[in-house]
Amino acid sequence: MAKRIIPCLDCDLAVPQGRVIKGIRFRKHVYAGDPAERARQYEQQGADEIVFLDVTASHERRETMAAVVERTTDEVFIPVTVGGGIRRVDDFVRMLRAGADKCSITTHALQEPDLVSSAAEVVGSQAVVVSIDAQRHEAGDANGKGRNVIDTPQGPSWYECWTYGGRQGTGVDAIAWAVEAEERGAGEILLNSIEADGMQMGYDCALTEAVSRRLGIPVIASGGCGRPEHFLEAFTKGRADAALAASIFHFGRYTVREVKSYLANHGVPVRLVCG
Amino acid sequence: MELPEIGVLDCGSGNLRSISKAVSHEGGLPRISTRMDPDWSGLVLPGVGAFGHVMRAVRSFQNDLLAFLHEGKPFLGICLGLQVLFESSEESPEEPGLGLAKGKVARISAAKVPHMGWNSVQVTRESPLFEGIETGEHFYFVHSYAANPREDVVVATCEYEGQGIVAAVWRDNVHACQFHPEKSGRAGLRIISNFVGLSRGDP
Repeated sequence: MAKRIIPCLDCDLAVPQGRVIKGIRFRKHVYAGDPAERARQYEQQGADEIVFLDVTASHERRETMAAVVERTTDEVFIPVTVGGGIRRVDDFVRMLRAGADKCSITTHALQEPDLVSSAAEVVGSQAVVVSIDAQRHEAGDANGKGRNVIDTPQGPSWYECWTYGGRQGTGVDAIAWAVEAEERGAGEILLNSIEADGMQMGYDCALTEAVSRRLGIPVIASGGCGRPEHFLEAFTKGRADAALAASIFHFGRYTVREVKSYLANHGVPVRLVCG
Repeated sequence: MELPEIGVLDCGSGNLRSISKAVSHEGGLPRISTRMDPDWSGLVLPGVGAFGHVMRAVRSFQNDLLAFLHEGKPFLGICLGLQVLFESSEESPEEPGLGLAKGKVARISAAKVPHMGWNSVQVTRESPLFEGIETGEHFYFVHSYAANPREDVVVATCEYEGQGIVAAVWRDNVHACQFHPEKSGRAGLRIISNFVGLSRGDP
């Protein structure tokens, strides 16, 4: 199977057509064009999938998101995932009907784990992505007792699931939650490192590897990508099936095509699109 | 030039938007319907969900479907639309398939099921649907069951966890692929375009 490269489009849905935000997630934002148009450009460059993320996770704006998905899938013929603002099984159905292939859930999956199972039952596991925002803690923390502790470059650590866009801790062990999400019928895990996110210093490969090793479903590495080497590390050290990135592509430093030729030259199986 | 009308059969499993958009993108006129129309120039049977569910829907227009095929008009089965061409499936043993091709559909025996993602497809025999597609091209798959034909209908295969999987079959006017051409980027659109061409009666 080809390793997937997935550009993530952070969307602001406060305007009727929606608009792409670029910049460090949850912090300062610059507006960067129409979501459907950006998705089309990435498809042409060879993106394997597109993720639209409603950064405000506004449930009331899901019709705006559905319209964005519809406009996109009029012209974009690769899988599309929608995240942010998905709270109910109905929301999955709505987005899939609009042309999306998968929905990702973070906060609401943790608050209501049955949502994972019931969504999988209605739309199928392949359409249910559980997204985990993981915050690293040193294993020495009092809170670290009884957690999955792994070796990281920063020393032995455990990871906590955070919710509300990385604003609120839950005390839930991220590795244990990934395992539970699979048992409940998640088709994929989107694993985002809060510490690495926006730093462009590379993915958290220790965490990615720890989760990948324990699961039978694909793991998408997310957070921290700044250079093509980071993708390579995610696939080799991190054993990820796919890697998601935003700023490396948005700021035009690299195209998806450049990243893929780099990976192909380093022996990673990728889908190359000519043109 | 008049666009060829292509029926997209609705078996009740939801998302037919992508396939009909792909058909119109490639110059066809998609008609989403729960019933057959003999005037269509081509027919797509997309299938999502379970074998039994799709077959129960197919029963309601099975005779019209067979008459359509008998006329020699092009048919494209996608995913479960390929599987229902066979005699039966482990997924829904109580529900026989169309039996247009000999063989059964069985669950993929691999560590990771479903087989999901972009896989490289080997073209094993020339066929109208794969015109212009190079062997090794990637297509997007999402399925847990795969066909085991007992006759020579296979035109493309892929490898998953060391085992061969049927990626496409063809006989006469009946074409089918296990992957989703409507989600397989440019290569997928080429498949759709080839099918629209067949429906238009291109030489």
